[in-house]
Amino acid sequence: MQVEKSNEVERNIHMDLKKITEEQTSQTGLTEQISENRANGTREKGIGAKGDFKPLIVAFCCNWCSYAGADLAGTSRLSYPAEVKIIRVPCSCRINPIFILRAFGRGADGVIICGCHPGDCHYSTGNYYTRRRMTLLFSMLDYLGIEKERTRVEWVSAAEGVKFSTVMNDFAKTIHRLGENKKLEDLRCKEFPY
Amino acid sequence: MMFKINKDRWPELFSEISRDRELYMPIEKAGQIQFEKWNVDAKVRLDQLNTVKSPKDFFFPQSENIVAFKTKGKNISIFENHDESRPFVVFGVRGCDAASFKILDRVFLAEPVDTFYKTRRENATVITLSCNEPEETCFCSIFEIDPVDPAGDIETWVIDDVLYWKSITEKGHALTDDIKKLFEKADQQDEEKIYNHKEKVKDIISKLPLQNLNINEIFKNNSMLEIFNSSKWKELSQPCMGCGTCTFICPTCHCYDIRDFDTGHGIQRFRCWDSCMYSDFTRMSHGNPRSSQLERFRQRFMHKLVYYPENNDGAFACVGCGRCISRCPVSMNIVKVAKALGVKDDE
Amino acid sequence: MQRVSVLIELIRERAQKLLEDGIVNRVIGWKKGEFFYDRTPAVFQASDDLSELIYDGFCSANLSKYLIQENKKDGKILALLKPCDTYSFNQLIKEHQINRENVYILGIGCPDMLDINKIRGKGIKGIQKIEENDDELIIDTLYGQRKCRREDVLLEKCLSCKGREHVAYDELVIGDLRNDLTIENEAMSDSASGKNPYEMVEKIEAMTPDERFAFWRSELSKCIRCNACRNVCPACTCIKCIFDNDRSGIASKANTDTFEENMFHIIRALHVAGRCTDCGECSRVCPQQIPLHLLNRKVIKDINEFYGEYQAGADTETVGPLISYKQDDVEPDIIMRKGGHK
Repeated sequence: MQVEKSNEVERNIHMDLKKITEEQTSQTGLTEQISENRANGTREKGIGAKGDFKPLIVAFCCNWCSYAGADLAGTSRLSYPAEVKIIRVPCSCRINPIFILRAFGRGADGVIICGCHPGDCHYSTGNYYTRRRMTLLFSMLDYLGIEKERTRVEWVSAAEGVKFSTVMNDFAKTIHRLGENKKLEDLRCKEFPY
Repeated sequence: MMFKINKDRWPELFSEISRDRELYMPIEKAGQIQFEKWNVDAKVRLDQLNTVKSPKDFFFPQSENIVAFKTKGKNISIFENHDESRPFVVFGVRGCDAASFKILDRVFLAEPVDTFYKTRRENATVITLSCNEPEETCFCSIFEIDPVDPAGDIETWVIDDVLYWKSITEKGHALTDDIKKLFEKADQQDEEKIYNHKEKVKDIISKLPLQNLNINEIFKNNSMLEIFNSSKWKELSQPCMGCGTCTFICPTCHCYDIRDFDTGHGIQRFRCWDSCMYSDFTRMSHGNPRSSQLERFRQRFMHKLVYYPENNDGAFACVGCGRCISRCPVSMNIVKVAKALGVKDDE
Repeated sequence: MQRVSVLIELIRERAQKLLEDGIVNRVIGWKKGEFFYDRTPAVFQASDDLSELIYDGFCSANLSKYLIQENKKDGKILALLKPCDTYSFNQLIKEHQINRENVYILGIGCPDMLDINKIRGKGIKGIQKIEENDDELIIDTLYGQRKCRREDVLLEKCLSCKGREHVAYDELVIGDLRNDLTIENEAMSDSASGKNPYEMVEKIEAMTPDERFAFWRSELSKCIRCNACRNVCPACTCIKCIFDNDRSGIASKANTDTFEENMFHIIRALHVAGRCTDCGECSRVCPQQIPLHLLNRKVIKDINEFYGEYQAGADTETVGPLISYKQDDVEPDIIMRKGGHK
């Protein structure tokens, strides 16, 4: 029974495939749309209520302090923008420069790193290395002409829900002012027309 | 029919050609001369002998999209987002580079035909430019390539700030007819000038240090296995760092990889240049078939000097452009290899 | 050339003696190539003819990189290292990539290296022979004889030489080189051996962000991902580079768009940060002549400024700046207060 069903599913996929490819190739308009999209660099981004640009922000938060701080902001009903996407890491020094570049490449307009206060790292010395690494990375990005304000490091402890909320709101406002990330975007990662 | 046009009118010529075709030529950008699209502000540099990146890029680009996929549940949609090719003109191609196109043709236009390559070849009009000042690294003449009469759709010479133009093929005639009004006809004096110029350059070529190599003796008369098992390969491959520079700047190297890239919204399948010098070249489930740098180094030169001629009526897969000689980080190159294997100057 | 040709005799003599005495069983140096200016790194076995060993102003290759593989083989190898090469050597010792006992270093004096690209950049084509006459180069070409000043065609890195002292050696063979050049240095203008290595970095820092972006876009768009810079770098010793590793998510063999052009160089500069000795090889080998040393020098300048003066490879003890910390390090927002106009 299972085998028959999966065979049927496969056949369906195959037929769907054929149908879609036929549709696609007959719709020359679609190919033009793709080239136009690539040319204009348009992207299906979050459109705000007023139709203006909403930035995409990635926040790397360390599990012990800043993620807990974010939790606290939530339970205290302090709001921060929905565009901030949090990625939890065990410690801020887990963050590789590659993560930050990848975030920018895949559509982020701003990246913020949150960790424990220097001296209070859960793993005792992790954030010291973060501090050095991120300083050099952000300095390098600035050297290449990427806007300095697109990256930030903030130290947020588990008790600082207010600080977390304030920082995120402020950062989102800064990024909103700066506009879409054009310099470090990866054109391949843009949405196809669907 | 030979035409001519003065240097001060070249911008007019280029702008006329680029009206309904894309025009590419050696242009200086950030201190380096490469084939770029022409525009009015471009710094055209026809005095440089060779660009670093060869014009094979026009027919066999460093990376090109093939197809993209998107999955939704159990459905898969396919988008053919391969870049459309439009008619274009490549100006200022040297004899060696023009000959490399023929070598690539044998690979890509043999069955099964690479349709992307074929379309681009059909869309292109190649305008070759004769060499004025060959350098010590040139050795195209040993592969029977004529640098002063370079084969192309249209041949050109630049002598004393005048561009001389002669169309050879149908495609060349078609382009020339479109822009004929800008030219003056070349007269007997001009023909003499060109002839004298060619003789002068041929004289320089006869003095080039590498132009006497008798390449056929070793590679045609010795058995493949003898060369393969030569003890010289150890010494030759020792400094090689396996970087891949030689393969990327070589106008005849044509290995490629097909990779999938996860865009976050779907998969983009694309083709890109690969290098046989890399440690993960043609990696299969058991690993790389050539695990040492010696084997990889040997493979590259055996392919160019022995295997390709064997499969292609004796044509060598090298055009003597000299790029590998001037750009290898450790100064290893095909001439050193040939000489180590026994190639000597003609007596 | 006279000074250096005396030196090569001394080097060959010492190498021969060390081989005969069985202290080393092979020598790594340079071999002459096809043309007057090309030199290939080569390993000479005990039985080989050392008359092919050559040393002059075109031997710019950093041999420390080859020692990583060579030192794993049997026996001791004699390495000819110039002063800047010895910094790379120390750094590799620190990273446990080289076993000190397997290498015998002959520290050789350096006459300042010449850059064939700069010579060609002067429009000199068809080079047949180059002769040095004090501070002038006389070049015989297919198109006649040309001349140029030696200091105009020195390698970029030699213009801001770290110093002519070897920081690691078993024996020194300098001949008269050091004395001659010390006197000359004092008489020479700022253009050689005294140039501020961060001059161009500072110039770029003073530009506006958009100007900087335009500069780097124009430079990095030339990149063909040939990986010469990565493979020649003594600090890039990963057996499987992250860009070759399919599991890293950033593996690629070609720059398919501008993002990848930027990413490769940013990541490489950061991976070697704190370990780069500023040997200048990356810029020398780039076939598109991208000034990669400007990226690495920017990182070094930042390290010097924020975390104290540090020269990688100056010794084998000091811990690198990225694997150490101070509790009162600067905060990352210091970059907001630096750089060009807003």
